[in-house]
Amino acid sequence: MLVNKKKMESMADSMSSHAPIEGRSLWQDAMGRFMHNKAALISLIVLVTMIATSFIGPYLSPWDFESIDWALLGNAAEMGAPSIENGHYFGTDDLGRDQFARVMVGTQISLMVGIVGTAVAVVVGVLYGAISGYFGGRLDNVMMRFVDILMSIPYMFILIILFVMFGRSIYLLFIGLGLFSWMDMARIVRGQTLAIKHKEYIEAAVAAGVSDFKIILKHIVPNLLGIVVVYTSLLIPGLILTESFISFLGLGIQEPLTSWGALINDGAKTIQYGTLWQLLFPLAFFVTGLFCFFFIGDGLRDAFDPKDR
Amino acid sequence: MTDLIKPIFSVDDLKITFSTQDGDVEAVKGVNFHINPGECVGIVGESGSGKSQTFMAAMGLLADNGTATGQINFQDHNLLELSTAQLNHVRGKNMSMIFQDPLTSLTPHMTILQQMREVVKLHMQMSQKDTDAMCRQWIDRVRIAEAERRLNQYPHELSGGMRQRVMIAMSMLCDPSLLIADEPTTALDVTVQAEILDLMDELKREKGTAIALITHDMGVVARMCDRIHVMRHGQYVEEGGVEDIFYNPQHAYTKMLLDSMPRIDNPDKTSHHKLKPIDQQTSAENFLEVDDVKVHFDIKINGGLWPKTVPLKAVDGVSFKLRPGETLGIVGESGCGKSTLARAVLQLIPPTDGTVTWLGKPLNGLSRAQLKDKRKDLQIVFQDPLASLDPRMTISDSIREPLVTFASHMSRKEMQEQVLQMMDKVGLERNMINRYPHELSGGQNQRVGIARAMIMKPKLVICDEAVSALDVSVQAQIIELLMDLQEEFKLSLLFISHDLAVVREVSHRIMVLYLGRVVEMAESKDIYANPMHPYTKQLISAVPVPDPKIERARKSIKIPGELPSPMDPTAKLKFMPSKLRAGETNYIPKLIEHNPGHFVAEHDSLTDLQATG
Repeated sequence: MLVNKKKMESMADSMSSHAPIEGRSLWQDAMGRFMHNKAALISLIVLVTMIATSFIGPYLSPWDFESIDWALLGNAAEMGAPSIENGHYFGTDDLGRDQFARVMVGTQISLMVGIVGTAVAVVVGVLYGAISGYFGGRLDNVMMRFVDILMSIPYMFILIILFVMFGRSIYLLFIGLGLFSWMDMARIVRGQTLAIKHKEYIEAAVAAGVSDFKIILKHIVPNLLGIVVVYTSLLIPGLILTESFISFLGLGIQEPLTSWGALINDGAKTIQYGTLWQLLFPLAFFVTGLFCFFFIGDGLRDAFDPKDR
Repeated sequence: MTDLIKPIFSVDDLKITFSTQDGDVEAVKGVNFHINPGECVGIVGESGSGKSQTFMAAMGLLADNGTATGQINFQDHNLLELSTAQLNHVRGKNMSMIFQDPLTSLTPHMTILQQMREVVKLHMQMSQKDTDAMCRQWIDRVRIAEAERRLNQYPHELSGGMRQRVMIAMSMLCDPSLLIADEPTTALDVTVQAEILDLMDELKREKGTAIALITHDMGVVARMCDRIHVMRHGQYVEEGGVEDIFYNPQHAYTKMLLDSMPRIDNPDKTSHHKLKPIDQQTSAENFLEVDDVKVHFDIKINGGLWPKTVPLKAVDGVSFKLRPGETLGIVGESGCGKSTLARAVLQLIPPTDGTVTWLGKPLNGLSRAQLKDKRKDLQIVFQDPLASLDPRMTISDSIREPLVTFASHMSRKEMQEQVLQMMDKVGLERNMINRYPHELSGGQNQRVGIARAMIMKPKLVICDEAVSALDVSVQAQIIELLMDLQEEFKLSLLFISHDLAVVREVSHRIMVLYLGRVVEMAESKDIYANPMHPYTKQLISAVPVPDPKIERARKSIKIPGELPSPMDPTAKLKFMPSKLRAGETNYIPKLIEHNPGHFVAEHDSLTDLQATG
């Protein structure tokens, strides 16, 4: 017993003096600050719950999103109101399809459009911007003028023309949005890279013989992450809005699939018949979702540069 | 005697606490002091000791998360209890403050006159005409030439020293009874520092303004102050008259501060002086030869569609040789091209002209891949320890980086072992291996930077102001570390600094740069005992000595005129106005060997120079 105690003590001793102390990275610091931001944390919880519901929800509903409840067809205004008894928790749409299942699918699609579009923007934008900013000079000029040219093309018209020409499909939507959303990211990243590249630690890396490509990947991109994360959290709701607008115009997602924008469009069309639930449920999800994204973005911004507060 | 005089400023049991994410931090832990009219009180301490915060609280400038308790009395008001409106009445008028960085404390989009008018308008009833006249008077008084023109210029058009003088003029406009100077000369060159300190001393004597001088530099304190408070960790460890503190320090911390100050008048006094003499027989051939290196940057002037470019000659024909194991100190004021020269030697900035020969082979004109091989032996340590480390990498990753590029055959474990050994050598504890730079102090970060530079056992290390950003006690440790490593690895060092006292301690030979050209180069002993060039003389005389009797008896040499802009073609003839008068504006002063190994650029005599001003 005594021996054990001594052993324990000596072990504790050696632990405290020789075991490497875990450092706290800037990233961990930022996450700590984020967790202290109540509004952002609550938004994150709400958003995660919403996403989880959108995937679990369909299993809880007796109806799926595309089959029509023939009993209600044509009588949606009178009999399609939300009710627990017939299983239409959010009521039905004009065709008698279950609104709950449709809102769940719409949530999935809208978020997917936002996230996939943003992922394209982040990968292309960060690499493009970092390369342009780091090498500078003529390459930078050429690359940035190319971005300027792309930015001066009215992308909404192009998107609409694409939909009209090739028909409505979700892949076309991904491609279209991804194609036009990386330019802002590239510009922001290039600006940041210009600031970072004159820091002494980059010079130290050059002096240590590290190759250009490695410097970009190991020193520049990680130091950009803060601003990229913040911009990403603002880009997602932006893309969701764009998609909603396109769907609201009647383009975009192909029926019977749907999205927040398409659902709101349908609900708005029938608002004069008193079927308010067809508008309010998707609208509530839409507003809550975007609200959460913006709050999270704000929280991330504060977390990554505490000086600006 | 002092009991009879009523102090104008007194602080009673002041405590300042900052609430942070990791709990409350007590920055100032109950300090008491007073300042009498017409007195200069020095608050000395190293960074983070809370010396500035005391006065920030008095001016109502504490950060939002800070709270102050206790009493700060100024002219019968407790400043901590005043509302902002009442405080505005006091600050600026009766009590004013000058800050460390004169550029950031002036509003960039207002002319000097507009900013000065603003101060007068707030605190005094005066007509515009009188105001302008008074502003002009003050600008004259702080000895800014061409007052009329300067008043209508914007802050960025003035040099650092001039800006600080404008700040002093602005803070003196309303005849304050207390002037708080927070590190007023830290960001300035030594020659400018000497002028600013003289000016403040003169104002104190003429106007009877009390001065609170916050600084880390014992030399400045020795020149200026009547009484001193030594501060550490938010408390005063020692206080007393200037001579008591300097000649009879009681507290161990004060003694340590005084000991670690490098002294330009007597370098052997400091305990850590270990510079090994260099073998004179060692040949300089085939090690490092820098021959007539020039670095010019193209500067665009007067925009428009086709802007003209003019070369800015940052380094304009510098040659020197370095022997193995030797330290060459490069000194000069800001803008003299010393950092650019270092980068040109390492080919981080390609030289415009001239050659750098390393081990008998030229370095310039090599491709990136060829250069990479050479980089193994050529390393650099930077000025700002935090900025030179990637904030997202642990310190062991940073130290390992050269190994990954140059010794990729090593296994991860071998690399880790090497990193640990290097950390032992530079005095970092092994358990810090996973730490990030922002979690370490400046001195520790600089050790990481040194470890990174040393891990490939280079033959030449360039220290670019490597100790300038550090506190004196840490500075002494880092210098000692560099010397130990130099002995162990038989390193050659290029030691760049603006601090002549530090350079004297570490260098075998010293080179003085002025606007991209060498004005004097000699053995370290020679140059301090027998400086020949007026610029060197001026520099050496401007360095404050931490000894009040010597410091106050010394006369600093002044050469009239501001430090000219390097764009000015006549600037390089500042020390040879005779050639300018003769119309030979393109004459380039030649380096002449006065004694063996002592090179001096041509110049007019010092008395002539002082007379022409």
